[in-house]
Amino acid sequence: MMKFIHKTASPPYFYQLSGRWIPWLAGITVLLLLAGLYGGLIVAPTDYQQGESYRIIFIHVPAAWMSLFVYIAMAVAGAIGLIWRIKLAESVAVCSAPIGAGFTLLALITGSMWGKPMWGAWWVWDARLTSELLLLFLYFGVMSLYAAIADKRVASRAVALLALVGVVNIPVIHYSVEWWNTLHQGPTIAKFDKPSIDLRMLIPLLIMATAFKFYYVWALLLRVRVELLERERNTQWVKLLLKQLKG
Amino acid sequence: MIKSSLARVFFALLKRDLLLAFRHRSELFNPLLFFVLVVTLFPLGTGADTKLLQAIAPGIIWVAALLAAMLSLDTIFRSDFEDGSLELLLLNPHPTSILVLAKVLAHWLITGLPLMIIAPLLALFLGMDQELIGLLVVTLFLGTPVLSLIGAVAIALTVGLKRGGILLSLLVLPFYVPVLIFATNAIEMAMSGLPVTAQLWILGSFLLLAITLTPWPTAAALKLSLS
Repeated sequence: MMKFIHKTASPPYFYQLSGRWIPWLAGITVLLLLAGLYGGLIVAPTDYQQGESYRIIFIHVPAAWMSLFVYIAMAVAGAIGLIWRIKLAESVAVCSAPIGAGFTLLALITGSMWGKPMWGAWWVWDARLTSELLLLFLYFGVMSLYAAIADKRVASRAVALLALVGVVNIPVIHYSVEWWNTLHQGPTIAKFDKPSIDLRMLIPLLIMATAFKFYYVWALLLRVRVELLERERNTQWVKLLLKQLKG
Repeated sequence: MIKSSLARVFFALLKRDLLLAFRHRSELFNPLLFFVLVVTLFPLGTGADTKLLQAIAPGIIWVAALLAAMLSLDTIFRSDFEDGSLELLLLNPHPTSILVLAKVLAHWLITGLPLMIIAPLLALFLGMDQELIGLLVVTLFLGTPVLSLIGAVAIALTVGLKRGGILLSLLVLPFYVPVLIFATNAIEMAMSGLPVTAQLWILGSFLLLAITLTPWPTAAALKLSLS
């Protein structure tokens, strides 16, 4: 088992393997996105309370889920990199940050687009919005720390450490923000408190969530491959690869 | 070779840091002056309406304390990093995480404690109720050490960088949010006559958690920064 992991995690082997995965990942992502959007925008019924504007949840909710998921994935990869010194895990942690920040930003933007017709304001100091905004700042912190340290090996370990500290703190931040808001006056218009969600809405939502997961892996592999090439530019296998490309 | 005990090393380090701070008085007073200045700016910006100032006083004082604590973080490790004594600290046979705690304690005594002493005066300027001032001091007593402890992790990560200033705020401020929320909330609750024991317990538990958990990442980050 360990042997398999070590083999897969070695940069040249991983580079080759991921190159074969990428077309498949891209295909699955696009298919799932199309299916999910069709189901969400055309098949799913209109909401009796919110009309058509609820349909943004098919983007918004998966993006919000992914924003947390990617942070946790980043911290786990960082921990693996710190403990077992696996270079690939370090790259995965570092490359996850911009993708996660993208998902967070997407969740915030779609959320405020939904908030304008529903709450009558682009931004409300609601607990979820605020903790999502703080999550975005955490991602920016990780990204700028990585950019600031010149030695990339040291930088990726610093990032891993920060992501671990962050992952311990996220629940604390989340719940204190929630608590802060419930004691202040909450938004008077009720949020999504439907008793149950229609199956025709739930299925496209889940498809979209899966599509976003596949997109994450796809984008991650693309980024990791570039990162690996850049880091290993002085090794034999990269030079060989370049020679092959030149023909 | 005489091996000195951990307690002796701890207190020697504490004493050294305090002595260094007293020899550089400006390090001692600059965060304090900054704190006073920021609080003074708020009435100028919002207008001197007593009711408004009274309502936002805990927020102003706490945000100013947060910023002052953040700006003073540099003093924990910067000069030691520059003159090389940080490397000697890491070579010490005793666990770095505990030695780090001594440095953070010194930092709190130099910056957090003076904030606590001057805060009642500023609270009077902003027209806070006199009964609430004691509570403000208690929240500062429980909260400012947490700021120093969390800040130590971030400064340990960035001490090797030439310009860590703005990066530091990005790393540190999101983590300060829970302290800010519970501290200001305690005072606001007390303003409306509600009990505040829950908030104080939570602040206290933040402090205990920070004391137990932050020294490890700080020590690890220092080793990274020196590698």
